[in-house]
Amino acid sequence: MTTASTLAPAASRVPPQKRRTRRDWRGWAFVGPFMIVFLAVLVAPVIYALVLTLFRQQLVGGTGFVGLGNYITLLQDEKFWEALFRVTLFLVVQVPIMLALSLCAALAIDSARLHGTGFFRIAIFLPYAVPGVVAALIWGFMYGNQFGLTGSINDLLGAQILQPFSSQWVLASIGNIVTWEFLGYNMLIFYAALKVIPTELYEAAEIDGAGQFRIISGIKIPAIRGALVIATIFSIIGSFQLFNEPNLLKALAPNVISSYFTPNMYAYNLSFAGQQFNYSATVAIVMGVITAAIAYIVQLRGSRQEGR
Amino acid sequence: MTVETQIAAEARTVARAFGRRPNYVRRTPPRQRKSIVLTIVMTIFIIYSIVPLAWLVINATKDQADLFSSFGLWFGSDFNLWQNIVDTLTYRNGIFVQWFGNTLMYVVVGAGGATLLATVAGYGMAKYNFPGRRAVFAVVLGAIAIPGTALAVPTFLMFSQLGLTNTPWAVILPSLISPFGMYLIWTYAVDAVPTELLEAARMDGSGEFRTFFTISLRLLAPGIVTVLLFAVVATWNNYFLPLIMLSEPTWYPLTVGLSQWSAQAVGVGAQPIYNLVITGSLLTIIPIVIAFLFLQRFWQSGLSAGSVKQ
Repeated sequence: MTTASTLAPAASRVPPQKRRTRRDWRGWAFVGPFMIVFLAVLVAPVIYALVLTLFRQQLVGGTGFVGLGNYITLLQDEKFWEALFRVTLFLVVQVPIMLALSLCAALAIDSARLHGTGFFRIAIFLPYAVPGVVAALIWGFMYGNQFGLTGSINDLLGAQILQPFSSQWVLASIGNIVTWEFLGYNMLIFYAALKVIPTELYEAAEIDGAGQFRIISGIKIPAIRGALVIATIFSIIGSFQLFNEPNLLKALAPNVISSYFTPNMYAYNLSFAGQQFNYSATVAIVMGVITAAIAYIVQLRGSRQEGR
Repeated sequence: MTVETQIAAEARTVARAFGRRPNYVRRTPPRQRKSIVLTIVMTIFIIYSIVPLAWLVINATKDQADLFSSFGLWFGSDFNLWQNIVDTLTYRNGIFVQWFGNTLMYVVVGAGGATLLATVAGYGMAKYNFPGRRAVFAVVLGAIAIPGTALAVPTFLMFSQLGLTNTPWAVILPSLISPFGMYLIWTYAVDAVPTELLEAARMDGSGEFRTFFTISLRLLAPGIVTVLLFAVVATWNNYFLPLIMLSEPTWYPLTVGLSQWSAQAVGVGAQPIYNLVITGSLLTIIPIVIAFLFLQRFWQSGLSAGSVKQ
């Protein structure tokens, strides 16, 4: 999924060789096994899927070559567009909220003004260790009206105010689960970046009379811009590839979460319920390309602001 | 900068933060006063993180009747935790124990293999100059940006053609590759393993692999622990891949098994076993949480005897 133009500058950034070695083949003894498995489980499936997208199962006469026919069908497929729109909406609402909360937590822990910093760091990071499946199960139960917290809260309020599984709220309910899972992970990325800023910078700023918020906006945020960009990219990938949480909540809200709720669920159900393997591969490839393209745009914008 | 080099730069920062030696942990400026207000605000984060886990622990102590009748965040009339655990472990001839064993196997072989391959290859990239090195660099960095779930369906299609689906290999093989882990070790090895040391070992007549296993591995330990941590979490929590690869419940990992138990509560002929799903979930996260807390101490102790330059 990498274009030639991104490869060229990347290749020029090979870490400098510290010694003058002659080039020989010994290194392959170390790198070879990795590359063999890499080609077999990563490169080969992509190529195989690309080939699959060019064919289609016909009603008569088995599989036939259709060129870009599957891609054209996909462009006119309302289910696909609906799924894509849904994950895009998810992306523009959930990702900024989650990253802002993660950044606040990282800044607070890094500020050294907390009582019990170590405890805070571990407690916020802990949900990341919980499998996505278990997280969706726990929240699914808690959302439930029967023995969850929602039921208790609604009883307390005397009305059915919280409806996590209604069609207008279900996306927010999923967003909450994802935020819970990855808040700590993103916090750790930001915290790791904050950790390596030299303390002298803060001391100098304080001598110049800068307050804490001025230090945050003037020194800390610019210094961790790289980490912010990378967390955004990982979150974009996660949003477009959304699958586990809606697929598990589907059992609890079958009428609200359709079989094409997200593009990944669509690809999955095309393969397993519909046996439409060629079309399923097309969905997977197109989503992979869209994800990579958007990640690339975010990257470009991120570094342009850096140059300003 | 490109996505790849940005990720690369970030990998270095993360590797440094994880594998840092104690002497460059930033000192807290002594005059920095602790803030009670900030601590209270941050407590909201803690509550958000902990409440679902507390809910899980509390409700693992209830039987099905109590689950429906008692308040979610407090204990029911009976304490049923031990009974629930016994029921979970013995339900359908102990299928849960089988899933636990499967998960363990996928983690040990998958995450262990991924860490081994990444370590050996990352070291090779850092310390040897060989034909094709730049090509390897370019492909691996490109692969970091490919999301694993995007590959799941294509991999399934290929594996089913090869007859590999519904075998443990279908889950293990794709877990073996961690481009991010390989890059992490590579950048870590450049500084952590002094080239002079390798030259000296060569002078003494030590073979390349012997040098690697007796000297370099030890110096790479903090980097390896970081890679292992991420690989263990990824394989333990893996759901999408085993879900599509496996149709035989005897090969399921815990995640897929639990989702099956949960799904059996709805539909025709529903047999809800909520208490087992909840207790099973608790039993699933306990080992990974312990592993986390243990490894966290490990990477903070700063094992490296090599030089990590800033």
